Amino acid sequence: MLCQECQSKQASLHFTKIINGEKTEFHICETCAKDKGDYIPGSNSFSIHQLLSGLLDTEQPFSTTKESPSLKTQREELTCKNCGLTYQQFAEIGRFGCAECYRTFDEKLDPIFRRIHGGNAEHAGKIPKRKGKDLHVHREIENLRSTLKTQIENEEFEQAAKIRDKIRSLKNNLQEKEGD
Amino acid sequence: MSIESFMNDAISPWMKNEGPESDIVISSRVRLARNLQHIPYPIIAKENQLGEIISQVKEKYAGQNHIKFGVLELLQMNELKENEKRVLVEKHLISPNLSRETKAGAVLLSEDESLSIMVNEEDHFRIQCLLSGFQLDESLRYANDMDDWMEEKLDFAFDEKRGYLTSCPTNVGTGLRSSVMMHLPALVLTKKFNRILPAINQLGLVVRGIYGEGSEAQGNLFQISNQTTLGKKEQDIVEDLRSVVSQLIQHERAARESLLQQSQILLEDRIYRSYGILAYSRRIESKEAMKRLSDVRLGIDMGLIKDVKGNILNELMILTQPGFLQQYAGEALLSEDRDQRRAALIRERLKLELAD
Ligand SMILES: [Zn+2]
Ligand SMILES: [Zn+2]
Repeated sequence: MLCQECQSKQASLHFTKIINGEKTEFHICETCAKDKGDYIPGSNSFSIHQLLSGLLDTEQPFSTTKESPSLKTQREELTCKNCGLTYQQFAEIGRFGCAECYRTFDEKLDPIFRRIHGGNAEHAGKIPKRKGKDLHVHREIENLRSTLKTQIENEEFEQAAKIRDKIRSLKNNLQEKEGD
Repeated sequence: MSIESFMNDAISPWMKNEGPESDIVISSRVRLARNLQHIPYPIIAKENQLGEIISQVKEKYAGQNHIKFGVLELLQMNELKENEKRVLVEKHLISPNLSRETKAGAVLLSEDESLSIMVNEEDHFRIQCLLSGFQLDESLRYANDMDDWMEEKLDFAFDEKRGYLTSCPTNVGTGLRSSVMMHLPALVLTKKFNRILPAINQLGLVVRGIYGEGSEAQGNLFQISNQTTLGKKEQDIVEDLRSVVSQLIQHERAARESLLQQSQILLEDRIYRSYGILAYSRRIESKEAMKRLSDVRLGIDMGLIKDVKGNILNELMILTQPGFLQQYAGEALLSEDRDQRRAALIRERLKLELAD
């Protein structure tokens, strides 16, 4: 069997990856494997990217040769202002160019993220400690508000007043910071 | 250079400690991908923009004392020799990609090398914590600590809806890849591994091995890691992996037990033949070395070989890679010379073991 990368040497490494039940085989020669760096267990760049570029192709609505002019313009318009990457380029290389790309391509990202991340498109994990401080405060205010609601329903007015003051002071702090 | 001092340099201090379940789990790793808000990602950024990141790193982190990890040392790719970079790759401290990033690639290393932060690889920062044995929770905690420490001084790109923003869509959200390297010779020998594999994959985990001719992975080593980074909490991602690894450990132990009961002589024969080859061969290819080392390691872990320590597989696995062999030889080696050096190194290492 010939190496699928260089098509010249005999493939000596037969590499199987099974991701979410989908089996992909790679047959490559030693030289190409070393170039890819994937002969070392632990490195993980090669296959995910292959998988991804394949995946993005199927997500790519403009990959067919027949294109209506309006679609073409739409594609040309989707360009990140910060780094200059177009959506087309993003689909080809399978990489964002900068943080701003996420906002630029936002409307197209949900189906891509869902396919890669087992149906998920929104973050549920860590929030940065310092930068996310306001976010933490917003979440705390939300929580306090729901506590306040139950307390009022249960006529626990003394405690509710304390919670109300706490919400007020948290909000004041936020506004002061935003005024800086 | 004597083999002892060479090994002292070659083996990361973290690896010398035996972690929990180290008869089956070689190492645990957690990696967090982080980026800055305004600078484009390395694949598209201009050289001066990446240089700006390096200056920030020099100013804010390099040489700084971290409470847990000590002083962080900055190594820049353009200041390292080819072979020095290769050694870093073989120690899993940097990726092959970073070693080729000669313009602005760098790595920050902790004193014990359990923590490394790649700078300007695919993402601006990749915080990696590597511990011996089965220590996923600890790896996550340490990587998180380092993340918090770095975030005190720089703004990481974070979006309320998508989480931490990364260059590759496969890393977005938590930016977390957790993985465990396992030695599963008995599951392979009893042909049970292939039956377990589909179940692992259905859980959204990825199994990697290096497959030579036939179906056996080189050295019977497998890396199991999470695929999904978005939509789950970090702790849950790690817990999902942890529970699968725990089950695999039990399966491997049961398979070892049944091998011992059903075919002890066959097993001993295989293990001692491999030991003999490692102890006396004059030339050995990397693939064969891995296979024999796996056998001997199994023999040690099952108590059949008593006078050799168990971490020999971890050590020799790394020491017999081309970069280390050349560093030991002090010169570039042709592949036949490497086979000869490899055999010599293994013989010496085993002798050292018996002399202890
Ligand atoms: Zn090839
Ligand atoms: Zn962009």
